[in-house]
Amino acid sequence: MQRVAAIALNTFREAVRDRVLYNLIVFALLLIGTAILFGEISIGIQTLILINLGLAAITFFGLAIAIFIGIGLVYKELDKRTLYALLSKPVRRYEFILGKFGGLALTLLINTAFMTAGFFLALYYVKRSFDAGDPPILVAIYFIFLQLLLATALALLFSCFSSPVLSAAFTLGLFLVGSFAADLKDLADALEAPWLEGVMRAIYYAVPNFSNFNVITAVAHGHSVPATLFWSNTAYAAVYITLVLLASMLIFQNRNLK
Amino acid sequence: MIPVRRWLPFAILVALLGGAAVVHIQRNLDAEMTVFHVEAQELYLTSGDWVKRLSLGYHGLLACLYWTRAVQHFGRQRLAHGEYRLLYPLLDITTTLDPELILAYRFGAVFLTEEPPSGPGRPELAIKLLEKGLQQNPAYWRFWYDIGFVYYRGFKDYQKASEAFYQGSEYPGAAPWMRIMAAKVAAEGGTRQTARALWQELYNSTDDPTIRASAELHLLGLRIDDEIEFLQAKVDHYIHVTRKVPSRWEDLFAAGLLPGRPLDPMGRPYRLKYDGTVLLDPQSRIFTSKLGWRE
Amino acid sequence: MPALEIIELTKDYLRGFWRKRPHRALDRLSLTVEEGEIFGLLGPNGAGKTTTLKILLRLVYPTSGTARLLGKPLEDIDVHQRLGYLPESPYFYDYLTAREFLDYCGQLFGLDTARRRQRVGSLLERVGLTDAADFALRHYSRGMLQRVAIAQALINDPDLVFLDEPMLGLDPVGRREVRDIILELRARGKTVCFSTHILSDVESLCDRLAILNRGRLHGLGTLDQILQLAGRASEVLVAKPSPALADALRTFGNMLRVAGDRLTLTVPDEKIYPVIDLIRQHGGQLLAINPVRTSLEDYFFEAFGTEKVPEVTLKE
Repeated sequence: MQRVAAIALNTFREAVRDRVLYNLIVFALLLIGTAILFGEISIGIQTLILINLGLAAITFFGLAIAIFIGIGLVYKELDKRTLYALLSKPVRRYEFILGKFGGLALTLLINTAFMTAGFFLALYYVKRSFDAGDPPILVAIYFIFLQLLLATALALLFSCFSSPVLSAAFTLGLFLVGSFAADLKDLADALEAPWLEGVMRAIYYAVPNFSNFNVITAVAHGHSVPATLFWSNTAYAAVYITLVLLASMLIFQNRNLK
Repeated sequence: MIPVRRWLPFAILVALLGGAAVVHIQRNLDAEMTVFHVEAQELYLTSGDWVKRLSLGYHGLLACLYWTRAVQHFGRQRLAHGEYRLLYPLLDITTTLDPELILAYRFGAVFLTEEPPSGPGRPELAIKLLEKGLQQNPAYWRFWYDIGFVYYRGFKDYQKASEAFYQGSEYPGAAPWMRIMAAKVAAEGGTRQTARALWQELYNSTDDPTIRASAELHLLGLRIDDEIEFLQAKVDHYIHVTRKVPSRWEDLFAAGLLPGRPLDPMGRPYRLKYDGTVLLDPQSRIFTSKLGWRE
Repeated sequence: MPALEIIELTKDYLRGFWRKRPHRALDRLSLTVEEGEIFGLLGPNGAGKTTTLKILLRLVYPTSGTARLLGKPLEDIDVHQRLGYLPESPYFYDYLTAREFLDYCGQLFGLDTARRRQRVGSLLERVGLTDAADFALRHYSRGMLQRVAIAQALINDPDLVFLDEPMLGLDPVGRREVRDIILELRARGKTVCFSTHILSDVESLCDRLAILNRGRLHGLGTLDQILQLAGRASEVLVAKPSPALADALRTFGNMLRVAGDRLTLTVPDEKIYPVIDLIRQHGGQLLAINPVRTSLEDYFFEAFGTEKVPEVTLKE
């Protein structure tokens, strides 16, 4: 366990010392600032725009971090052979994977926290008060964080056997498809031939369903998130991430390091 | 290295269990989301222009996506007896993204006009959409037909309807019946024959299954109206002659007024009320109203 | 108990794009290293030295065969607690300082904070990096990186140390220091196994060595035992040779050098007495007779010739 923690902290340290991280955070905060300006133009829906745009920004910049850093997690160590020194020590292969994931998860957590703080500052500036519509926003951000973890796990998986470019493409592709998952389901429902419908449905369930976690518009209107949704999404993320990590561990365990 | 034969059975087991768990949770989520999922979620942006700008040139593809959503929305609202609030915005975005998607305009024309619960009953939105279609596709004279139809059905303004048909008939390549229709509507706008002609024409003019189904349904309704009128005339005649109200169709059959027991297009016999009124069988009524036709 | 036993270790790589053909990188290698030895793995490039070390450290999996490290089987990862490894052309995390990196390594061994600090400090001093310890590794020269690499190999005070080309990238001073470290390790009872293709390192350090070529074992034993195969000779030194003597001696061997007033001749042992007679006959002054071993270099060239072993980088 100490080894996993050591690897996680080292990964975190690497992420923090990577300038990419700061650029992305700055951009995100700028975007949130711009959202305030947009709000000035359209009277009456300032808050609406701010919440929609702000949460979208947190999603996309978080995703950018997850992908940019995630695709290099294993690949860089393989390519640069830093793994030789690492795995010759009493470190299990699966501990390496868990440590890497943990490190990036920690990075994302801190980053999301920063952006959330910035966001709520902007929100207070626009609204001049806090009300009952605000706590659901935190739930929406929690859901975004779950998405980021899922994207990280996927990037890590691809990093175990693919070049950075391909890993980024695959992860981004899965994110896009997963965001349109609801349309996949509609497509399945609309299909006539039962075997075709079956195939489509199988694809729908297999693809990581990122759209589950998107409650941005709803919380922008002040709706609260039902508890069942909260737990279901947490369960979905937990199970899916576990499966992806197990796959990563298996692939990495059996790799010969060249 | 863990040899294949050792990890493969575990991997399969984990994949199956994990897959089952994922499917189970997802189904729960789907159920929860339909309840919670505020439909406005689908519209991040209500302006078609912005969507077009952001589509990075793939607006044709996005148009298809939005078209699909419009149809899905319509279907869901039908089942839930909803308000169809997003139908116009979705079709508006679709046609901004792809102005040549004729079907979107026509679909909007037909279903925006439909009275609740089959549709939102907003003929003015239908006109708006059609005028946009004409602007983007000036040679497509059929839109005048659709406009005329909306005036006819939605506003019951036979004058304007006739004018629209006439406008369309002036186009090169317009079908000759456009002018005939213009005259017919002006002269006898309220008749069932006109309605039948219009619906039949609509049916013939498109391949889209949803529009065709709607046209068929309306034609069915008109046929039922015709048959009831016909039967009612027979019953009234019977009463006039025998000074008695017939209790069953057999009475009319015995009197030679009918060749047999009359069945409605769904195959059920028409009902004869105690006071001689001809009615549609309740089962058939339920059937037709479920499909969107209300009497 | 031997510190290291390698038993029939074999590794095949699949080469080629469509039709994969196996390329045998290691062919049934077997050898034993005793405790407290300095053992050398010698061979030309592509011989399989690095592959062997990688298999022993579980970075690469063998096709067949096994090994025992400090009495434990190859699959036992806990024995790594007592192992040290210096990888060939090491590369470490750019963004860490030497101190942070060594501390990280210490954490991976489960050393507690106090012990870590002590080990890191003393090792940095031992390899001469105390001054540069707090600069990021990306600023380090090749030689400095090599020192860090040695330090990380010893952070846990291992009983069995594997060094892959430890002298690479070092200036003569650095090489001397590494030599001293290796000798120190032996003095403390540790076992060192290092691979190299530089013959002089082997000659001066190893107790025993193994010679590999193209994945096969060519020779195993002490330097003497191996070179015995090549035959013995002696070096004869004569002072102030007369030209007649020089001509006469030339017939005995081609290893004749005349420098100033000194003549050196390398003679196979069986011909030593006739040479001595010749010198006496011509009145030459015999200065010395020194036994000469065929150098390792000669052995190499004889055994492996000038055949070019193709160097290929394997992309897996």
